[in-house]
Amino acid sequence: MWSLIQIELYKIFRRPRTYIAFGAIAALIVVIQLGLKIDGDAYAGFLMKDINDTLTVDGKVLNGYLICYILLQLLLVHVPLLVALIAADMISGEANLGTLRLLFSTPFSRTHWVLAKFIAASIYTILLLIWLAFLALFVSMWIFGTDDLFLMKSNYVVLIEQGDVLWRYVGAFVFASFSLLTVTSLGFLMSSLSSNSIGPIVGTMSAIVFFTILSTLNIPLFNVVKPYLFTTHMNNWKEFFDIKVNLNNEAIRGSILNIPKIKTSLMVLTLHIILFVTASVIIIKKKDILS
Amino acid sequence: MFGVFCYYYSMAVIKVENISKHFGTLKAVDDLSFEVQAGQVFGFLGQNGSGKSTTIRMLLSLIHPSSGNIELFGKSIQKNRDSILEQVGAIIERPDLYPYLSATEHLQLFAKVRKQKIEASSITSTLEKVGLAHRAKDKVQTFSLGMKQRLGIAIALVHNPSLIILDEPTNGLDPQGIADIRALIQHLAKEEGKTVFVSSHLLSEIEQVAHQILIIHQGKKMVEGVTKELLDPEKRIVQIKTTNDELALASIRTGSFGKYILARKEGIHLKLPTLEIALLNESLVKAGIAVLGIETKNSLEDYFLQITSNA
Repeated sequence: MWSLIQIELYKIFRRPRTYIAFGAIAALIVVIQLGLKIDGDAYAGFLMKDINDTLTVDGKVLNGYLICYILLQLLLVHVPLLVALIAADMISGEANLGTLRLLFSTPFSRTHWVLAKFIAASIYTILLLIWLAFLALFVSMWIFGTDDLFLMKSNYVVLIEQGDVLWRYVGAFVFASFSLLTVTSLGFLMSSLSSNSIGPIVGTMSAIVFFTILSTLNIPLFNVVKPYLFTTHMNNWKEFFDIKVNLNNEAIRGSILNIPKIKTSLMVLTLHIILFVTASVIIIKKKDILS
Repeated sequence: MFGVFCYYYSMAVIKVENISKHFGTLKAVDDLSFEVQAGQVFGFLGQNGSGKSTTIRMLLSLIHPSSGNIELFGKSIQKNRDSILEQVGAIIERPDLYPYLSATEHLQLFAKVRKQKIEASSITSTLEKVGLAHRAKDKVQTFSLGMKQRLGIAIALVHNPSLIILDEPTNGLDPQGIADIRALIQHLAKEEGKTVFVSSHLLSEIEQVAHQILIIHQGKKMVEGVTKELLDPEKRIVQIKTTNDELALASIRTGSFGKYILARKEGIHLKLPTLEIALLNESLVKAGIAVLGIETKNSLEDYFLQITSNA
């Protein structure tokens, strides 16, 4: 099994397409960081304009932690599309190329190959996320420095002490890995249904867009299915940045406001991953390889 | 040891029993049965779309048969797939490969999926065997179709399998390449004792290398037998060209050569003993028909056309 995973990783990282996602993330982050470095004060002023009359904030609002939060809000919506480029091509790309029959006529079962491909695609996804974390968090910390994290929510503000922030990002990135692995497994399922490369990539992206719209629309008919849609839970990494307060309305260091919500989301995402991968294995096992 | 040797050379490496494959209403393979003995070169012939590749894919468990049984090395492929495929090397139809990898990288990659350790020297010697050693480091995207075909064969051979399945191995090769592959197939069978199952629609290729042939048409077995016996050197297929084919055909039909006439859409074709060709010519001349030429067509291709046109 390990040799199959090595083979799949070797193939992924020998393809030029693999590096598009790494390049795209780097370009986006660098552009945003550059923009905020040059014109960050104006941006911070715009953010704070509604509360400037009632609240005085000392220190550096636009620090590395806030920049990372802004970047994650912007990018974690789009990274799934980059993940789909590789994950949705893992099986169908080989079918299209004609190499799937070479792999499936080796002395390893199709289940082994499918699982090896999924694990390799998952490793790619995690590496992409680590790359995102490195650029968005550590490079931002290096460029903008660190201070307390000041977040504007819809009807309240959250202030997290700088010593209480880093572990929340670790949690958020671990959570995001589940979100992205759900996308990987969805792309994988699409890939098992097709023999061309483009269809599953477009299919995965379309499914994400479709379910995201369902998750965000506040229509009673959709509210019934919303809790079961993976897109409803994908952005709940933000829960790591909602903090409990004591009776004096002071933030409780090390606390998370809604841990059950995070647990439920992780469970829903994990169930989706298992469902999608199992379905892929069953489909591939039954499939006649005609490509 | 001798007993084991005798057993190996008498066992059926491939045993196919009544396999059929349906794709919806299309019967791609229909109740096909055959056996391939160890050490044989088995020619699997058929026109494009006759069901050759579907059969080969079933042998490799890429396609699930609708019915029937397949045994390789005396074991069911459905139940013992992994252990069986360890001993099989195959190329299937087109030589589709990874354009961004080199020839050596391809062999290293496919050597990795084998349970036995494959030495680097074995990879080099396999590339030499198929005439690709000089392009070992080049990416496949720079290869011609013929070179890809050679690399496909190298992938099939790199783990030293007992059974080699080659589906249209000479596709895209130039005449020298075709001759090289023919020599390689003969070498594998004679010198290395491999069993080679080779399919083609280029019948002249099979004729020269196969001990046994099977002709498939529209998914059904048309004929199977020893190549030499089927070709029957004692009898020849001849095409006669005359100034008046209608009169010549009528003359042949009424005479003693009528039983040798083959049904063909165009031209006069007969299958007759070699020694009687001169007598046929003489009888036509005596009947006042000018014979422009008698062309001997003793190839498997003619035999194949004869079989399939009668089907």
